[in-house]
Amino acid sequence: MGETGRPALPPAGLARLTGRMTTTTSAGPAGVDRSDRPSRAADRPPADQPSPGVELRGLVKRWRTPAGPVEAVGGVDLAIAPGETVALLGPNGAGKSTTIDLLLGLARPDAGTVSVFGMEPAAAVAAGAVGAMLQTGELIRDLTVRELVTLTAALFPAPMAVDEAIELAGLEEIAGRRTNRLSGGQTQRVRAAIALVGDPRLLVLDEPTVAMDVDGRRAFWATMRAFAARGRTIVFATHHLDEADAYADRAVLMARGRVVADGPTTEIKAMVGARTIRATLPGEELAALRALPGVVAAERRGDAIALSCSDSDAAVRALLGGWPEARDVEIAGAGLEQAFLQLTGEDDDGAAPLTAGAPAAPAAQEAAR
Amino acid sequence: MTATYLRFELLRTVRNGRFFVFSLGFPLILYFAIAGPNAGESDFEGLGVSVPLYYMIGLASFGAMMSALSCGARIAAERSAGWNRQLRITPLRPSVYLGAKVATAYALALMSIVLLYASGFVLGVRLPAGDWLAMTLLILVGLVPFAALGIVIGHLMTVDAIGPVMGGVTSLLALLGGTWFPITSGFMFELARCLPSYWLVQASRVGVGGEGWGARGWLAIGAWSVALTALAAWAYRRDTARV
Repeated sequence: MGETGRPALPPAGLARLTGRMTTTTSAGPAGVDRSDRPSRAADRPPADQPSPGVELRGLVKRWRTPAGPVEAVGGVDLAIAPGETVALLGPNGAGKSTTIDLLLGLARPDAGTVSVFGMEPAAAVAAGAVGAMLQTGELIRDLTVRELVTLTAALFPAPMAVDEAIELAGLEEIAGRRTNRLSGGQTQRVRAAIALVGDPRLLVLDEPTVAMDVDGRRAFWATMRAFAARGRTIVFATHHLDEADAYADRAVLMARGRVVADGPTTEIKAMVGARTIRATLPGEELAALRALPGVVAAERRGDAIALSCSDSDAAVRALLGGWPEARDVEIAGAGLEQAFLQLTGEDDDGAAPLTAGAPAAPAAQEAAR
Repeated sequence: MTATYLRFELLRTVRNGRFFVFSLGFPLILYFAIAGPNAGESDFEGLGVSVPLYYMIGLASFGAMMSALSCGARIAAERSAGWNRQLRITPLRPSVYLGAKVATAYALALMSIVLLYASGFVLGVRLPAGDWLAMTLLILVGLVPFAALGIVIGHLMTVDAIGPVMGGVTSLLALLGGTWFPITSGFMFELARCLPSYWLVQASRVGVGGEGWGARGWLAIGAWSVALTALAAWAYRRDTARV
């Protein structure tokens, strides 16, 4: 399939990922049926998930719009173990925020179930098990930073000390300042403190670093790392591959309301971070090219070849060393958006293994009707 | 949870300078502007009460009504800031959230009433202690529908619409309630007697020898309280279900 498939997809990684996804979607059409939960718990490997974490099963959410219903989430299955840090990675409109709203109980699914530590989202929130930093939201005015954090702490049954949250979020300098006199980056840090101070078992962050500069980002993720070190579960949405790569154990790729890949961030990075070398090189055997270091797939179109690479630097050196006659050499990064389009099979020949192995969305939709 | 949340809610209200000063100051300014120049007139419109007394009780009701309504209406600002969504992912119970709004509304209303009383006293109003007390208690009961209406408006209106809506609602209710001039007969009178604001002003008429509410007054206030509280609960649920 490497020759005929899309060059950007390393087949090895693909196989691993689809294999993994098949296990998460084995429930099939029954995924929307709550009564099926015990049997699923039984077929789950006990060593993998000793206690219930976060489980999204057959989730479907449609928003009503003037132009008719729009399916924001079209059958998402996802299991997150306690203590995991998971990135929801995808372009705008992929359904990340809607998935997060469903996870938090801010929206009700049209089909499917959400379970947070074995509870319904609303019960988990009421128990103080959930903290979140939503994508948008201002702070209420007329309180100091410390007062706002104190207020939020008072709402939770077992919060961390206010000073601890302030320190964790790096707010010592501005703790006495009114919330309406903060810069954008400072506001984000206060919002992070508000999400943390309840010491929730699950922390959900919806594109938390959008308004931050590079230093702010680094400081923010240092805070989150410290929080994760307490054994907490973190789910964050991002469209930055580097954030997912640097801070998550696992990345879940979403596009058009579906999970298109799910795996360790290293594998995801290899998939969507792949580069393609194109060159004019008539008559050469593809097998030889495919054997080059850093090359995972090769294809030919007339005189042109396209090599999908996990390491384009090594590949281009070997290519030019072995075939000095190669001309018009181009190296292109797939780019996240483009990689997503390929993963979702936008083009007609897109009935690739990834989409075939994607979650049981059609079945879930069927059941929802 | 409740005590801390309420404490910060009150603190925010007091710290919101413009809101605080306008809510309390506006009725005071009106009072001195209307009653001040006519402070010596002891028989207003042949009612047998002085101008300062008539407008003190009218504006005490008006100020209390404004305070009660506007506190609920501040919900609209918190909604537009996204703060309600943030609160909904905390264990804060809706009853505590709404309860704090009502408590704040009452605290502000009480401050407004006390300030009007003090101003009336300055302009020479003297009443028996029992009348002050009875009048105040009736006003506080009569505020229930307005606290609920504030929550309704806060959850149904956008922050842009809230100014005009509040201005219109309070002016109309105050006018028909008899805040500005007595309404004693005709269609206006029949209409007024169906409105909670009429009975709110009527509550304070205890101070001018009025008879309080009577059965009809209690019925009107009771009915409006039940209806608007139900509407407030509906508005809250509708708002939070939609998102």
